[in-house]
Amino acid sequence: MAPKSVRKVSRNPELIRGIGKYSRSQMYHKRGIWAIKAKNGGVLPRHDPIPKPEAPALKPPKFYPADDVKKPLVNKHKPKPTKLRASITPGTVLILLVGRFKGKRVVFLKQLPSGLLLVTGPFKINGVPLRRVNQSYVIATSTKVDISAVNVDIFDDKYFTKEAQKKKKKGEGEFFEGEKEEKSVLPQQKKDDQKTVDSALIKAIESVPDLKAYIGSRFSLKDGVKPHELVF
Amino acid sequence: MVKGRQGERVRLYVRGSILGYKRSKSNQYPNTSLIQIEGVNSKEEVAYYCGKRMAYIYKAKVKKNGSHYRCIWGKVTRPHGNTGVVRAKFKSNLPPRSMGARVRVFMYPSNI
Repeated sequence: MAPKSVRKVSRNPELIRGIGKYSRSQMYHKRGIWAIKAKNGGVLPRHDPIPKPEAPALKPPKFYPADDVKKPLVNKHKPKPTKLRASITPGTVLILLVGRFKGKRVVFLKQLPSGLLLVTGPFKINGVPLRRVNQSYVIATSTKVDISAVNVDIFDDKYFTKEAQKKKKKGEGEFFEGEKEEKSVLPQQKKDDQKTVDSALIKAIESVPDLKAYIGSRFSLKDGVKPHELVF
Repeated sequence: MVKGRQGERVRLYVRGSILGYKRSKSNQYPNTSLIQIEGVNSKEEVAYYCGKRMAYIYKAKVKKNGSHYRCIWGKVTRPHGNTGVVRAKFKSNLPPRSMGARVRVFMYPSNI
């Protein structure tokens, strides 16, 4: 049998909600039930049910609740990443508004599946590494950098998650020794990733006059400057 | 506030001053404060600032969380009148001694 695909649109257009254009007998003809029956000798073809996989044997439950327990409604909703503002496209220079690097101008690379924006200084120019930032804490400028030479496919949210801290058991001896120096060193792989992304970017930035100095400088509000009148 | 390292001082907030509480002639409603944002002089200009977060920062004698500075967060809710004054709601109501004091109006959540 040819594989059946579910038809998306009904063959019976709606005149008003609940009333179709064609009657039952007209629909019978349109759907071609007569042709299916004719192929099968006058009756609708009947297929044997697909054998179901063996369900594991269930033990009778130890506890039956006295009153009926309500089951929560099923929710198959999958969250989408936040809608990206039209002003933010790959290669846009953004201004960070919060955090350690506030005021820094930074190049936008791509939006990660969690909705956060992947952003880089580049590191050599202003000290901002590959970093995630939320769209709401960023101002998009109209300056764009050519980003076609950069490959950002390897980066996703898992790349940026913190390493799970191993639980330290406090023994008597360790207590007196003092806390161990646990300095988390950035793995060399991440440093190399930074270099590869930045080398392509820096070439594109240096080709535009003054762009390197622009990205290296920080944004700040000055006296008499009103944000609601600024055009970024 | 010095952050323990020599950095460039960037101001990414607009200065504002606290005028008082929302009020009528003889009643005041302390859950909403009135703020005058620097440089904003009309109702139309306030549209940019609606929803922006603001912070009232003050000093205290006792160190909390390692600092003498404390903060009450809030946000701009709507314009108040025609000449650029703004209504704001804070996480906890502003204390009466804040009247006439400084408030920082930040540029986030940004929509530009």
